[in-house]
Formats: sequence, C-alpha cells, structure tokens
Amino acid sequence: MSNGVQNILLVGVGGQGTLLASEILSEVLMLSGYDVKKAEVHGMAQRGGSVVSHVRFGSKVYSPIIPEGQADILFGFELLETYRYLPLLKKDGQVVVNDFEIAPPGVALGKQEYPADIAAHIKETFPRSCVVEGIVLAKEAGNMRTVNTVLLGSLSTMMDIDQGLWYQALTNMVPQRFLEENIRAFELGRQAQRSRSD
Amino acid sequence: MEKTILSGNEAIARGAYEAGVGVASAYPGTPSTEILENIIRYPSIDASWAPNEKVALEVGIGASFGGVRALVTMKHVGVNVAADPLFTLSYSGVRGGLVLVVADDPELHSSQNEQDSRHYARFAKVPMFEPSDSEEARLFTRLAFEASERFDTPVMLRTTTRISHSKSIVHPDDNVLKPAKADLHRDPAKFVMLPGNARKRHYFVEQRLKDMAQWSCEQDFNRIEEGSDKVGVITSGIAYQHAKEVLPEASVLKLGLIHPLPKDLIRQFAKRFETLYVIEELDPFIEEQVRAMGFAVHGKDKLSVCGELTPGRVAEGILGQPIPHAFEHKEELPQRPPNMCPGCPHRGVFHALNRLKAYVTGDIGCYTLGFMPPLSAMDTCICMGASIGNASGLARVLSEEQRQQVVGVIGDSTFLHTGVNGLMEMVYNDAAATVIILDNSTTGMTGRQDHPGTGYKLKGDTAHKVDLVGLCRSIGVEHVHVIDPYEMDATRDLIKREMARPAVSVIITQRPCMLHKRDILEKRPPLFVDADKCTACKACLSLGCPAIKWNPKGGAKGLAEVDKMLCVGCGVCQQVCKFGAFGVCDE
Repeated sequence: MSNGVQNILLVGVGGQGTLLASEILSEVLMLSGYDVKKAEVHGMAQRGGSVVSHVRFGSKVYSPIIPEGQADILFGFELLETYRYLPLLKKDGQVVVNDFEIAPPGVALGKQEYPADIAAHIKETFPRSCVVEGIVLAKEAGNMRTVNTVLLGSLSTMMDIDQGLWYQALTNMVPQRFLEENIRAFELGRQAQRSRSD
Repeated sequence: MEKTILSGNEAIARGAYEAGVGVASAYPGTPSTEILENIIRYPSIDASWAPNEKVALEVGIGASFGGVRALVTMKHVGVNVAADPLFTLSYSGVRGGLVLVVADDPELHSSQNEQDSRHYARFAKVPMFEPSDSEEARLFTRLAFEASERFDTPVMLRTTTRISHSKSIVHPDDNVLKPAKADLHRDPAKFVMLPGNARKRHYFVEQRLKDMAQWSCEQDFNRIEEGSDKVGVITSGIAYQHAKEVLPEASVLKLGLIHPLPKDLIRQFAKRFETLYVIEELDPFIEEQVRAMGFAVHGKDKLSVCGELTPGRVAEGILGQPIPHAFEHKEELPQRPPNMCPGCPHRGVFHALNRLKAYVTGDIGCYTLGFMPPLSAMDTCICMGASIGNASGLARVLSEEQRQQVVGVIGDSTFLHTGVNGLMEMVYNDAAATVIILDNSTTGMTGRQDHPGTGYKLKGDTAHKVDLVGLCRSIGVEHVHVIDPYEMDATRDLIKREMARPAVSVIITQRPCMLHKRDILEKRPPLFVDADKCTACKACLSLGCPAIKWNPKGGAKGLAEVDKMLCVGCGVCQQVCKFGAFGVCDE
C-alpha cells in the first residue's frame, strides 16, 4: 500500500450515474484496506448539470477535495465534461473516458458548437489515456444502463486492486437482480482495456 | 458494527440513533436533507418533515420538554426562519437533549447566500460543535446530546457541504441508547419565558457559557497535534483537513467546540508560536476572537472570506504556492448548467410568462431555473416564501397598468413553508396581483420529499392531504383556478386573464414532478420530428427542453431533433410547433 494519496476525479452529466460509480469505487478502496474519502456536491434534483466526484485514497487521507492539478486519474462519463476538468489532472496523469457526447444547452439551442476531436486532444496531452466505447459494450453486456460498470472495468486495469475485491464491491453496491449483467459489463470493460494495452 | 463508509449526513443520523434520539424534525434543505432520509432506517426514532424550520424546531422543543432527546436539522438559511424560537430556547434550556444541526454551504453550491452560522451560535448564546469528517460527525452528535443535558442548553452542530456530502470511514458504536420515555414535567419558571422568568434565566445563560468554555479546555474534542515549534495553526471543521494536508509540519490546535471558545487552551497554544494562523472557512469567526485576546494572527489577510476552502486555495494563500496546471483551456467551453427535466410541468408555465412579458417574483425551488434562458421568466428571487410578499409589495407601488404584469410564482412545498403567510398578507391588504402555485406534488429541488400537501409522510405512510384550493379560499382568495400546465393554450389564456384582473387571484397548476417517487405518472411514448414538416423556425427550442436538440446540418436550413432516450412525451413541444412537425412514435 502506497503512503502517498492517490486521486481519482469522476466527472459526468447529472443523471448518468457518476455518483453511483464513485460509491462502488470508494467501496472497493475501503475493502482494499485504504483510508478513503469521497466528496461531491449533490442535492439539486435537476438533471443535466455538470457533476464532479472526488475520490482520494492512501494510508491516511485528510482533505476530501483533490488539490488543483493533482488528480492522478480523470474518469469521465461524457467527453465535454472530461475535457472541462483536464486542468485538474497532474502532468503524467491518465484519463479514462466514455466515448459519448451529450449536448449542453448552448449546443442544443444551436448557439454554440460542441468542441471537436476531444478524444484526440486528450490523448495528445495525456498519452496514457484510454477512450472506452461504453455504450457499445454495455449493450453487449445486455443492459444500456451498465455503462458505468463497463467504465469501472476499464479503470480497474489502471489500479492495483485484486479482482475479487471489485466483485465484492459490486455485490455490496448493485441490487441483486442487476448483479449478473453488471459483472458481465465489468468484465467487458476490463477486457477492452487489457486488449488495448497488450 | 464493522467499519463502513458514510457521508457526514449518514453519520449524524447514526450518531443520533446511538444517542437515543426519540424525535427528529426538519424541512429539507441542501446540504442537510439526507440526515432525516437516513434516520428513518432506525424505527425507534419518530422522524418527520415539518412545513418549515421554525416549526421543526418547535416540534423538537416539545419533545425535549417531554424529556425525550430531539434532533432538528436545517440548512443555513433555515436558521433565519427558526431563529425566533432558537433564541428563547437558549434561555429556557432543555429537558431531553436537543441538537440543532445546521448545514452551511460555502461556495453556494445550491443556496441563495453564503451564511456563516457560527454567528448564530454566538448571537443566540448557544454552544456549537463542528466535526471535520464523518466519524466526528457521528461522535460529535452523541457528544452534543450529552452536553445539551449536562449544561441545560440546546446545542448546535455545524456542518458544511464538504462534511455533509463527503464520505469517509466510520466506526459505528454498538453501545446504542434507547429513547427515553416521555412524561409531563411542570416547571413554569424554566419553560415559561415571560419577562419575570426570562430575566433570571439570562444570568444562567451567561454563566453557562463561562462554564462551558472552561469545561471545553479539558475535553479531547479539542486537541493539539504537536509539530513545528515555529508555526501554529488554529482550525476546525473541514478547514482542519485542508490545513493538515497543506501544512503537515505545523502544530495544530483542532477545535471541536467552536462556541464558546476554550480561551485558556487557545492562550497556552498561541503564545508558543512566532507565526500563528487561523485557517477557517467563510468569516474570521475564530480569528477575531483570538486577535481580541491579544495575539497577532494571520487568517483572512491570506484566505478569502468568500467561497469554500480547498487544499489548493490554502496552499496558495498561506504558502504563496501557485496552483499547478498541466493543461489549460485556450477556448471557452460551453457551460452545462442544470435544467428543468424533460417533461417538467413548470416549463410551459414559464414559456407562457415569458410570452406574456410578466414581471415574475420568483421563489426557491427547481422552478428558480425559470430564470435561465431560453425561458428567461424570473425577475426576483430572495428566499423561501418571498415571492408572494414581494409581488404584494410591488403591486402596491406600481401604476394600475404596470401592476397587471406582476405575477408571484411559488411551488407547493414552498407555499406551505412560508408562502401561505404572504398570501394572507396579499388578501388582507388588497394587493391585486396574480399568484401561481406550481403544484408538482412534491418538494422537487431537494430530491422529492413529501410535505403536508402530498398526502404522504417522511416514512412513506399516508397522511391527510392539504387541499390547496380550499386553503386559498379560506384565506379569502375569491379567484382560485386549477389547470393542467400541459395544456399550453388554456394555461396561457388563464394567466393572461387573471393578470388583467384587478384583484388577488391564484392559479394552481397541477401536474406531478417527472421524477415523482411514486408511480403516479402516465407513461407516454416519445415524440419525433418530421423532417419534411420542420421549417427550422426554432420555436420549439424556446422551451429549453433537454430532449430537443438543434441539428444545424439537418435538412436545408437545419433541423430540430428529439432525443428519444430523454423524451417523456409530454407534448408541450407539439403545442408550440405551428407546423405540426412533432409526431408521436409508435410504441
């Protein structure tokens, strides 16, 4: 177990399930024996806004907020939101991003343009990053709504955590009737990333 | 119980359960809401939503006078509403312990102001604990109840958003107290705060603060973490965590009780250091008191009074370390503010108000988003319940012609919170204006909580449902109308007619929230845009519905498109489109 605090920033759009993913991630980190803190802002019920969740772990974590420019991994559920929070990533940081666009209001109204080639920009600055076809793999797992678990599977390849503990965390956090498809989704996300880095 | 990860709010609920709380009352308010939503996991606690924070505190006081421990929770602005009973409760003291949790919101993540509730503790002469993580949130809740009974005082427990909504590891205590049995206990000299009694209690209150300050010097919720003999830091709450991260070498006096301050302990600590910092969020509350004790101290000369602290901001302010950036954006990115949901019943009402050029006095709730473009139909918003009073005041000073433009808009929960008082005023003083109650059968903004108008209680069991029409009539409103806001033309015609009326009138728009907890929504198939009929007039975009997206490359002049994943088939866009381009999918 490393003494230095590791920082993962999860970002997405309200309604995508970013917060549930950060719950599962925190659970697996606690099961791994780390001190873990998680911070996010929620409470406004409306959907569609920018959502950010900080997860920090190590032998002892003080602040629940990731200091600016010190995120090790940026874990994104939507391209523009991931791009927005790149400045929080540290120099040799990594990005795991879902290859998916949701138009913000200005774009939906035809007044602004969705930035082009975000994935390429990300890879240029942070070469160890990966783009995951979350929706395609979630469909393959049998349920569109398992996108987050697919992405967690990809993220897991960047972390030194026993695979069994991930299953344990999923079992603890996902309702029993959805567990099987979520395990499948996790596997698909993990394999997709593995095959890429092989 | 084994260790677990809990949010500050979940930990407070657990702490209250462990402390043998019998009654819990609150009005939902971010970031305090989840305390009561979690407390219902413990059936020994009678937990309920109150119509507002003042009533919630009054419920708590009643239970306390009956000898039962009571928890009352609210967000910072709620204390303004509850301040009246709070200040007198400070005099009467308690019987069963009473803890008032107040959740501040530095950075205004979801609030109308940044308010430092520590001043309320000082102002009302009430002690205040401040936890710095979830485990302390649990522990300090227990402690607060013990202190409440020991010193015969209500106790405030202050959290901030980053305590309430952050999760960290908690070790629940299996030593759980049972709620006390209530009984009637007559003690008018203590419970009846008329001048003759209250005058005597004021001396008690002053002595209590002195006693508590002394006691606090020897308690381990205040602790010194020894480090450097040159740099000392006095801090509390979440600021402690940032300080520890940024200044790992410094000696730290971490305060758990931040009112009254343990002055002897502070004196002993402060005199040892060449450089002394007070690191605290929002106002220089501790700093000013330490300075008044004669110590030179740095604090708000280096850290902002506005906004929340982060480790980066502390490092920048105290150490002068600039925030590092491996990547900076060169272009401006499209913002992504929250929006009313697809199918939100409020959308059409604001569309109509915009078209009618109404001057809208607004209120606190999801519908405050009616301010955002393209709906752009809100002109004022001050606090819970203010919309109707604001409309009443405006109506009285405007000319007859301009008065007709004034419309107060308020949600059902907010109306019952404090809006109803404004309506009474409006009728009583003949302020001719129009009021729209957006009744979506829930408290939407804070996450769909029930209230006296929904017919359900906190734990989900059924309740008497306040009849809003009957209530308005009983107040004396002669013109009360109910309408389905999905019927756009009828809604707009009704608003237009009532705006012109030289008398108080109330329009109640009734449609459940799209995220309503209970399955009371009729499912409708999504819509689609017929590319042949769309003339690219963009009228549908004026609704700001997240399900409708402009495709500049579609058709000859661009094309509106519906995202079938998001569309709930409310049909409002169909009514806005003059060309019949919106069709219903076959499903």
